[in-house]
Amino acid sequence: MAEIPLGRQHVRRMAWVASAMQVGLPAVTLVAMLAVIFWIRPTAMSYFGFTLLFKLATPLVFAALSQMLIIMLGDIDLSNGAFVGLITCVTALYLDNIPILALLLYVAAVAIYAGVGLLIQLRQLPSIIVTLGMSFIWLGTAIILLPSPGGSAPAWLAGFMSWRPPFIPLPILLAVLAAIAGHLVITRSSYGAVLRGAGANPRAIERAGWSTTRIRVRVYAAAGALACLAGLTLTGLTTSGDPNVAPAYTLLGVGAVILGGGSFTGGIVSPVGTVIGALTLSLAGSLLSFLQVPPTWQIGAQGAILFLVLAGRVLVSEKAR
Amino acid sequence: MNLRLTLAPWTYGFIVALFMWIATTAYAGMGSAAATLSAALAFGAFSVVVGTGQMLVIASGPGNIDLSVPSVLTLAAYVSMTVMKGNDAMLMAGLAAALAVGAAAGIFNFLAITLLRLPPIISTLAASFVFQSLAFNLGGEATLKPPAVLSAFTLWSVARLPVMPIAVMVVTIATMVVLSRSVWGRHLLATGQSEAAARLAGIRVGRVRLVAYGLCGVGAALAGFLLSGFSGGAALNMGDVYLLESIAVVVLGGTSVAGGQANAIGIWGAALFFNLMATMLNTFQMQAGVRFVLTGALIILIVAIAPRPRVG
Repeated sequence: MAEIPLGRQHVRRMAWVASAMQVGLPAVTLVAMLAVIFWIRPTAMSYFGFTLLFKLATPLVFAALSQMLIIMLGDIDLSNGAFVGLITCVTALYLDNIPILALLLYVAAVAIYAGVGLLIQLRQLPSIIVTLGMSFIWLGTAIILLPSPGGSAPAWLAGFMSWRPPFIPLPILLAVLAAIAGHLVITRSSYGAVLRGAGANPRAIERAGWSTTRIRVRVYAAAGALACLAGLTLTGLTTSGDPNVAPAYTLLGVGAVILGGGSFTGGIVSPVGTVIGALTLSLAGSLLSFLQVPPTWQIGAQGAILFLVLAGRVLVSEKAR
Repeated sequence: MNLRLTLAPWTYGFIVALFMWIATTAYAGMGSAAATLSAALAFGAFSVVVGTGQMLVIASGPGNIDLSVPSVLTLAAYVSMTVMKGNDAMLMAGLAAALAVGAAAGIFNFLAITLLRLPPIISTLAASFVFQSLAFNLGGEATLKPPAVLSAFTLWSVARLPVMPIAVMVVTIATMVVLSRSVWGRHLLATGQSEAAARLAGIRVGRVRLVAYGLCGVGAALAGFLLSGFSGGAALNMGDVYLLESIAVVVLGGTSVAGGQANAIGIWGAALFFNLMATMLNTFQMQAGVRFVLTGALIILIVAIAPRPRVG
């Protein structure tokens, strides 16, 4: 009888196998998808091809990393996508004309994120419902600021997003840098171990002398900052603000975290896996149009891909046991 | 010191809803009071039907949630409209088709979660993409018209009492009885409180959850069927608002997201709160953005000040 993986799973396999599996499977999926695309259109295997294929991946990578931090604490953030939409509005409206105001608004938004973490911690509230409420607040604020899509990205931001660094396409470069930074901070550093511990076993972390309140506030603030980066890079790509541009990021981000080996039980996340998961999900769309899947079936096929990859994860972890 | 009045968490929705009804009536005049209330009851009924199913899933254990509710609702509406083709005689066949779609979707969700060992939030999300695609292929962009008798039923009132909301209230009462008195209801809550303990007590946990997910699908499908009669047809985005609303009404209604505890009547309070607030802010001619901000702020406020349900 199969069990629903809700409770704390006993991980009996060796740690390095587990982490290799975490990152390995989405990586294999990503390579397989790329192989299919290059097989259909060999010309895509170029600097330019990679730039196009992963063009829209950068904001999703940052949104997924933001979501990863929250999931690391055993919480979930349903407001992520609406927040990214608000940041695109702030960026498109103010960053060019009144940069000081834009910066103040970013800081305020990050502070509110930290406040949400504080509220959840102090009142021991379910994060799912608090962030659901926040998603309405972010969306409403964005609509008040910018009732219909518009504004314009500062030239330097749009210029940066279309920058062509030597050898490595920009989306890949940013994804690699984000993955390395995340790996060093969350997976390798000792403070990262404390952060993951706060999600897996908060009581133990408290007993060891750390304040879980302070940890939750810091992690939520960091998640807000990463979501700001997602909004900034998205504005650079679309060159305008739109309150409703990114609602899908919330659940795609969650998908990327889980795809990358994360778990809702808290404490188990992989930054490298999350980045690869985000790349995989953003490539799925391109793959389907390369395969000439009719538009009406594309979203269904995305669901099927999600199932396939996750099912693979189960098979692999079954074998590793 | 302990003079503070303690109210059950589920009453907060009703209290806020009542306050909003009074505020709306005070602003728009006494004449509008009855119309405001009956509109809120009608719209609230749909939220309650969807929310009751979601509640059963959420109560079945921590982490259990059904994000495919909006797409099941839409798909069931499309299937039933296609079956009926606007023909009054086919009404029962259409209802059966809708409920079959809902039950099948719920069973599919359960199997995907159990067999593939996926977190429900991801599994039902992936499933919702598939269902959405099916609805898209079935109906395309066009709005499929309902039979006249279905529309008439959803708007039907006897002696100025709307029939559909009352029927849904009966469903709510039945759900309360099932949860507190029936074997399955007790098994569901036991499973939600501790899966391991429930299993040791001989409860067939899998079967209990299968029914919960099945009923959630059926609830969403029923709402889709009725809603397409009420709003003049099945449309692709008809389910969208119920994604967040179905979760919000359950939690505001006093059900614990940690599972193992459910409150069916509270969903009504939360659903009325949601719909009366929309009416109130519309009456005050607030712009959409302000409405969203106030909705979000109130959700957080209610959750933050309400005493939290304890899980046993």
